[in-house]
Amino acid sequence: MTQAQIQRSANLSILEAEPGERKWRDYFTFNTDHKVIAIQYLVTTFIFYCIGGVMADMVRTELKTPEVDFVSREVYNSLFTLHATIMIFLWIVPAGAGFANFLIPLMIGAKDMAFPRLNAVAFWMIPPGGILLISSLVLGDAADAGWTSYPPLSLVTGQLGEGIWIISVLLLGTSSILGAINFLVTLLKMRTPGMSTTQMPLFCWAMLATSALTLVSTPVLAGALILLSFDLFAGTAFFNPTGGGDPVVYQHMFWFYSHPAVYIMILPFFGIISEVIPVHSRKPIFGYKAIAYSSLAISFLGLIVWAHHMFTSGIPGWLRMFFMITTMIIAVPTGIKVFSWLGTMWGGKIRLNSAMLFAIGFVSLFVIGGISGVMLAAVPFDIHVHDTYFVVAHLHYVLFGGSVFGIYAGIYHWYPKMTGRMMNEFWGKVHFALMYVGMNLCFLPMHKLGLMGMNRRIAEYDAKFATLNFVCTMGAYLLAISTVPFIINAIWSWMYGPKAGNNPWEALTLEWMTSSPPAIENFAGFPVLATGPYDYGMDRPKSEVDVPLADEREPALAAGPKSALRADPDPNVAANPEDRK
Amino acid sequence: MNIPSSIWTLLIGIVLTLTSLWYGQNHGLLPTAASDEATLVDGLFDTMMTIGTGLFVLVQGILIYAAFKFRRRQGDNTDAPPVFGNIPLEILWTAIPAIIVIGLSIYSFDVYNEIGGFDPHSAHEAPIAGQAMKMPGAAIAATLNDTPPSTEPNANQIKSDEAMSDPATASVRNSDQIPQKRDAPGMGIVSPGIGASPGNEGKVPGLAVNVTGLQYAWIFTYPDTGVVASELHVPAGKEVKLDMTANDVIHAFWVPELRLKQDVIPGRQSEIRFTPKILGEYKVICAELCGPYHGAMNTKFIVETPENFDKWMQEQQVATKGNLEQAIALNAADRSPAEFLSPYTAQMGIQPETLHQLHHQ
Repeated sequence: MTQAQIQRSANLSILEAEPGERKWRDYFTFNTDHKVIAIQYLVTTFIFYCIGGVMADMVRTELKTPEVDFVSREVYNSLFTLHATIMIFLWIVPAGAGFANFLIPLMIGAKDMAFPRLNAVAFWMIPPGGILLISSLVLGDAADAGWTSYPPLSLVTGQLGEGIWIISVLLLGTSSILGAINFLVTLLKMRTPGMSTTQMPLFCWAMLATSALTLVSTPVLAGALILLSFDLFAGTAFFNPTGGGDPVVYQHMFWFYSHPAVYIMILPFFGIISEVIPVHSRKPIFGYKAIAYSSLAISFLGLIVWAHHMFTSGIPGWLRMFFMITTMIIAVPTGIKVFSWLGTMWGGKIRLNSAMLFAIGFVSLFVIGGISGVMLAAVPFDIHVHDTYFVVAHLHYVLFGGSVFGIYAGIYHWYPKMTGRMMNEFWGKVHFALMYVGMNLCFLPMHKLGLMGMNRRIAEYDAKFATLNFVCTMGAYLLAISTVPFIINAIWSWMYGPKAGNNPWEALTLEWMTSSPPAIENFAGFPVLATGPYDYGMDRPKSEVDVPLADEREPALAAGPKSALRADPDPNVAANPEDRK
Repeated sequence: MNIPSSIWTLLIGIVLTLTSLWYGQNHGLLPTAASDEATLVDGLFDTMMTIGTGLFVLVQGILIYAAFKFRRRQGDNTDAPPVFGNIPLEILWTAIPAIIVIGLSIYSFDVYNEIGGFDPHSAHEAPIAGQAMKMPGAAIAATLNDTPPSTEPNANQIKSDEAMSDPATASVRNSDQIPQKRDAPGMGIVSPGIGASPGNEGKVPGLAVNVTGLQYAWIFTYPDTGVVASELHVPAGKEVKLDMTANDVIHAFWVPELRLKQDVIPGRQSEIRFTPKILGEYKVICAELCGPYHGAMNTKFIVETPENFDKWMQEQQVATKGNLEQAIALNAADRSPAEFLSPYTAQMGIQPETLHQLHHQ
């Protein structure tokens, strides 16, 4: 009996026989089912991704030639400002929340999130926030001071656009705070009886770290933006130097959130990759605890690195050194993850399907972003490349090569669970190939551009950079084209794709122990852990396997919430077999 | 013949090391290093490129090798042998990056010190330390109220006053609109930048230039001679000190060939020092988004021989004399922005109408 069969037979009694049926209208209502909300998140954010992508391609079209010949300078500035804001606040961050919504309750064996209505409220802040933001472009006065919105520039450009930008980001920030509260409480309080924290899948650990980070840092951004709006509309001078304010204070407040934000944007996808790689390598994850605790380490360290964005703003020498060291140290937990993923793949039986290809692509591209990240931490070198295309390249390798590849890996992996149908593998691979090539074509030359002296956020540039910029623009077009096979595949497969069954990948985590798509309350009872989440290839004696069958646990579950049995983790099931009794 | 795997590992390791070392030194990714400081920064970058290349090739190599070597064979639906971890291996790959980043931190610290990163800090900590010494009793018991009011100006104020009293700068600094910060406690409002390198500490720089950034031009004033220029000319081999501030929004002074960048912030004074050594014409670029014409805000940075520099300075003095009188006679506040900016915008090819529009948006 394989581990997947053991897990399945242990959970037969709680399996919903009928897959969850939903009408299309459900997705347009204030639904409180976490799975509906998850799909709402994923689809909505993907639409915003496409809008942000169109803006990116307009920016690249402008940069195809050194002259300003496609849009005006003002529109160009608005385009890259909105592109960044949309991609960060309306795509990567909420897409992570979308996955968390779908997966957390299923992975920990809960029926829903801790606060289902709050969950819906968190989602329903996103569409108005996004529409408001994009409407400012239509109104002809969109924010154009960059997504960082540094005063005093943000105070002297158009008031309307800047005001809309502030309100929109405040809405989206509130949404992510509400989401984070929900994830934390769900993860800490609603695990199926018998599941200890060290038996949680790694995605749950990643979301634990992400949510804690969101809760600590996001309010500071809200503070900065509210003060900025006072400067903008009420004539105060918190950051406005004409009244004696200090623009650098804004930068400290802004980056206190916005640096952790990059970890908020990447940690969930570290979690996804930690789920995808073991399933498709048919091997246990290498170093479960190392990966779990490194997420927490990144979360903590992420809070004390913000001033590396300000090495050229004028902060004292010793402070620059402090932030250099903390920033460099983050390479250690991140390195642990990367090597653990490689260790997982090593000696496996790797199924090179679309999900796994995107996971491999994630690791491959993230490593480049990670290496340039360590370089940027070194103060003397950062002084040279700060605010240049080197930084643009670095952040896109991390956030596009990392997060977006992670999102796609997750979609290809969990699509059968979300929809009950399989995606087309051929078109998935075409999608991957186009995206991988386009990504490198678009962003790799930017490293050289930055080092040679091309600053960012400019519509016109020195003619000597023309060739490399042309290559970048072609890469950007390829990236846009790469989305087409995915969109068609996702829609077509949802309607006509072959039925997936409950567990097409023979995975062990609990979300695969219910029907596809899962019924409204996920499971008919409490799921039990007959195996660890990553026990692939374990060949255990039958006697050990039979211990935690569902029916044997029933008395314990029936004993009520105060029963000691309920709270005790099952000693036979731990992520790491060395911890098992 | 069967070659043992340890020999393969050794061979791959040697090839990897040699490749990284070679590429780290021959990447050709950086422009000319026009100052002593730039050469130091390049050394750091080359080292990071060496380590980065090694890591890059290692990880990509393992990924590609694993994807081919360990791919599932058709018809094989079994699982791979379970390996849950390996503590010595995990310790090793935690320790190696830790050692690398500690090494890089120390190296960066050293370069940062060599290029003068710590000098401005010491400059304005001194007055505070001096004051603390004068305080009666234990410092621990002292409260804010115990601090005697000091009539001595601190370093911030000295720098600010110096800049403000420079007649050449007066016409381009809008100090009446954006007050220069004074008497800031602690780190102060003199934004620390890059100061004198350890060998030059305490010495008067060979040349001081005041830099003003405004939308969308750089203005350089030479306080010793009163010359105001839109290009930065410096003599090779002399230490140059730039005192910078901005008139409207944040700008950033960047000369890629110097590997130096410093934000120029309204209301603050920031300073950088460097010693140019290679003659040539480079570019001063504004690196911080400062508005729609941000991309056009650049000018020439010319490193010339001391003789040529003196010649240029003399020419400028003659030319500026007339302008300066005019500048004093005409108060900047009486003129419209378009009139005021016209000498600078004409050079950049910006139409006065555009400026007018911008101002009234």
